[in-house]
Amino acid sequence: MTSPNRNLVSYRDVRELRGPLMVVGETDGVGWDEFASVDVEGGTERHALVLEVDGGQAVLQVLEGTEGMRLGGISVRFQGRPLHIPVGSGWLGRVCNGRGEPLDGGPPVTSDTVEPVSGWPLNPVYRIPPKEAVITGISAIDALTTLVRGQKLPVFSVAGLPHLTLATQIAAQSRTGGRNFRVVFAAMGMTHADIAYIRDRLEERSAAGELVLLLNAADDPVIERILTPRIALTIAEHLAYEEGSDVLVVMSDMTSYAEAVREVSAARKEIPARRGYPGYLYSDLATLYERCGRVQGREGSVTIVPVLTMPSGDMTHPVPDLTGYITEGQIVLSPEIDARGIYPPVDVLSSLSRLMRSGAGKGRTREDHLDVAAQVLAAMARARQASELAELVGDAALGEADRAYIRFRSVVEEKLLNQSVDEYRSLEQSLGLAWEALGVLPRRELSMLSPELLDRYLPGPIGGARL
Amino acid sequence: MAGIEANQTPPQTQQGGPAGRIRRVSGPLVEVTGLPDVSMLELVALGPERISAETIAVNGSEATLQAYEYTGGLKAGDTAEGTGHQLSALLGPHLLGQVFDGLLRPLSSAPMWLSADREDSAEDRLVLDRQWNFEPQAPVGKAVGPGQVLGVVPDAGSVPFLVTVPPGVAGELTWLGSGLLRPLERAAVVGGTEVTLAQQWPVHRPRPVASRLSDAVPMHTGQRVLDLMFPLPRGAAAAVPGGFGTGKTLLLQQIAKWSDADVIVYVGCGERGNEMADVLDGLSGLEDPRTGGALLDRTVIIANTSNMPMMAREASINTGVTVAEFFRDMGYHAVVIADSTSRWAEALREFANRNGDLPAEEGYPASLASELAALYERASLAVTLGGSTSSVTVIGAVSPPGGDMSEPVTTGTQRFVRSLWQLDRDLAYSRHYPAVSWRGSFSRDADALGRWHAANGDPEWATRRARAGLVLAEADRLTALAEIIGSASLPAHEQVVLLGGRLLRDGVLVQNALSANDGYSSAAKGSALLQAVLDTIDTCQDLVAHGVSAAAVDSFDFSPLLRLREAAGPSDAAGVAERAAAFLAELKELR
Repeated sequence: MTSPNRNLVSYRDVRELRGPLMVVGETDGVGWDEFASVDVEGGTERHALVLEVDGGQAVLQVLEGTEGMRLGGISVRFQGRPLHIPVGSGWLGRVCNGRGEPLDGGPPVTSDTVEPVSGWPLNPVYRIPPKEAVITGISAIDALTTLVRGQKLPVFSVAGLPHLTLATQIAAQSRTGGRNFRVVFAAMGMTHADIAYIRDRLEERSAAGELVLLLNAADDPVIERILTPRIALTIAEHLAYEEGSDVLVVMSDMTSYAEAVREVSAARKEIPARRGYPGYLYSDLATLYERCGRVQGREGSVTIVPVLTMPSGDMTHPVPDLTGYITEGQIVLSPEIDARGIYPPVDVLSSLSRLMRSGAGKGRTREDHLDVAAQVLAAMARARQASELAELVGDAALGEADRAYIRFRSVVEEKLLNQSVDEYRSLEQSLGLAWEALGVLPRRELSMLSPELLDRYLPGPIGGARL
Repeated sequence: MAGIEANQTPPQTQQGGPAGRIRRVSGPLVEVTGLPDVSMLELVALGPERISAETIAVNGSEATLQAYEYTGGLKAGDTAEGTGHQLSALLGPHLLGQVFDGLLRPLSSAPMWLSADREDSAEDRLVLDRQWNFEPQAPVGKAVGPGQVLGVVPDAGSVPFLVTVPPGVAGELTWLGSGLLRPLERAAVVGGTEVTLAQQWPVHRPRPVASRLSDAVPMHTGQRVLDLMFPLPRGAAAAVPGGFGTGKTLLLQQIAKWSDADVIVYVGCGERGNEMADVLDGLSGLEDPRTGGALLDRTVIIANTSNMPMMAREASINTGVTVAEFFRDMGYHAVVIADSTSRWAEALREFANRNGDLPAEEGYPASLASELAALYERASLAVTLGGSTSSVTVIGAVSPPGGDMSEPVTTGTQRFVRSLWQLDRDLAYSRHYPAVSWRGSFSRDADALGRWHAANGDPEWATRRARAGLVLAEADRLTALAEIIGSASLPAHEQVVLLGGRLLRDGVLVQNALSANDGYSSAAKGSALLQAVLDTIDTCQDLVAHGVSAAAVDSFDFSPLLRLREAAGPSDAAGVAERAAAFLAELKELR
């Protein structure tokens, strides 16, 4: 946190403290969305943002919370501008808290360049449609819901599923062919056990100077979470557009973030929309997710993977729902598949990467990629019907084709989807496994694949000999 | 707070007149004092960066404003200056093929990061300094009235840009220019009033027409499920509700590419930035089959992405409709595609809440339904002031939260549109695109359009549509039954209905947006495909009636029929009919 070098007026007329909010009176020349430092008698410095200016009175939200503050012992210094942070490669290899202060025993991150954390909207005319794949080494993603550089692709999960394992695996393994790859990992509302796990899993990437870790723990101030993803994205934008790296930003857990937004909204007594969340939650999330992309004339890219837990698995809950409306697809984890012991437990039928059609296939990944993915998904849809039918009428009553589809599904889940938590699979390997699964089906069922592709890729003795 | 006003000299405007002061700032809501003469909807310039804000309430010398820009840094005590005019769009020859923000300021000349201190369109030098070749086409000395053509700018997009007498102006044409002109340079003088190539128009005010027409003429979208099952007449309004991931945007982009309109206005309202890049990329790469130019040249893109200032969303859709009306008034058929109206409604809600209005349903203001009605009622098939028949068709996407079709924006919208194209998540998950549900969608003009088809050489159109609807409904009913008792237990003719439903869905309704042959379908090709499937169903019924087992029919290879949509070119109805005949002949061999 840097502040411009000038003498700042201190305001001491604090009139009200309510939840995370603080009302300061007798202010002069305070702008909306300005950043302020708050000195608390006998305590450490806190930070606040201006939410409203009304005549000579300003309403602020205190990032560290208002705990222990009393009206008389506070001095507020307004910085004259929104919060700026230093940006640059000094962040790489560092481990910081949710406000960007070091947790690794090192000095604070400094830089000659500072940028506002809220960023500015990117002129859509300057955007380049994302076209190249990010290879995560995870078959379920690479083969069926390909991540594309410049995309925003969330992971929807349920409490108790291994989404953090998946998120760290994506963060640890992802790469784009031959380019500088950097990862910014923003953790929000994580338990200390989770934080230890994240640090452990990403140690290698951190040591290689390719990773920035921002960690807001579950017992850290809630309001600080509003800042954490913004700091992460501001760092990422600079690494991408000024230094030319491909940057992956993993943000977990967005549900904790949204709860912090709701808490501020409730303290301000705003009229809630759905489930107590404010009506502007969509726009608020969009100001984060929309910071992904590729820009004309610049080398790098920002790819965003937000991770969120759906309360009681409900995809219509405002956080996953609004996220889904903004992001370009979703990777959905399913408790049923997890119960069968498959990792990662991706429900491939509910999952989708909207940008896959421009980021995969001939000239991008491999000529058969899109058709194979479409065929696997169509067959998985048919297999689901078949297994539903089997539950009603029994396996024995199924036709030959339906039984083949059920076998196909087991092969997909056990061979293609299932992999170990530190296994990196090349795209070639993943597609090979997809073909192996398709080989279980009669050839005439593979109507989405051209005869040429079938001849070239369908595995030998089983596939070739079939009708 | 009184101290601020007392300690300083009264603020001055740039012109030296008195200005108001900002009292309160809360996000886009700004309250000002000292502006006693401000009128409702008047634009006010705020602070040193002169941010645009619209007046939405006046109380004594105090006014409540909604700012169209990020208000960070605005202070209590900053100046507020009335501009005397409402939020207006500069309509002129610079529109086609270009990208604008919600206030119709060009984005192509804007910087990479959109900070608040940008110029507004009336001040954009690149727009104002560009010269256009004006060819006069009216006799000097004659009396002219609103809508009459004064001349043409030929190279301003894929359609000739007609310079007409603006509404409210009439009299003798005393002077007419020619040659290279700037947008706001005098091009003609009518009854003492100067007419320029471009004109300002307040975006919230519908442009006048001579009369509205109620004829039903189909607008061809090139998407079979829409054209065959849920058609839309020109000048009507349609809504596309669908949860996320149901392919709403892709369907709208297909309509933008292929519908038979002269001008498309694509409004990205609170949607993704990458999508706007994709639209731009897709349209510039495609050839307009009718003019041979790029499809982009018939398109105006208004991009107010979800991270751009929220209140400009509210303006962006009205701006889009105003642009479409402007081209309608030149005699063109225009289509406005607004993605998404839910984000527009959310902007209304956000502001109403900050303003302390009492909420009606789910926090939306009580005026939501009337706002929706006002928007969709700007769709029109009309005789223009200049006497031509032309139209504005409005297609609005709706993004219901949680896919809940009973939420206020969806239910409100359904009441005001002629066609509803409801997208279904189950269809989308099984990769059936476009995922238009045949159960939830409707077209209130289907009968009238059937009569139009009958009068225009296709008397069978309405019958085919009715039969297809019946097969789909029957197949749905039987599918539910078959899930319980197994399809093998159904009588043979019902098994054929199940088969028919599948052929209809996979062979006609599904359309591959990425395919050169299938992405667009001419009306004739669509009809030929539907006819082929209906004939196949008849043949199958005939086969089982003559003792062929349903299992034998079911295991017949129908893939040639299903591949027809890909095998024949986008307008190749004859090719479809020919291949279908060969296929049917083979099918009949089963007997």
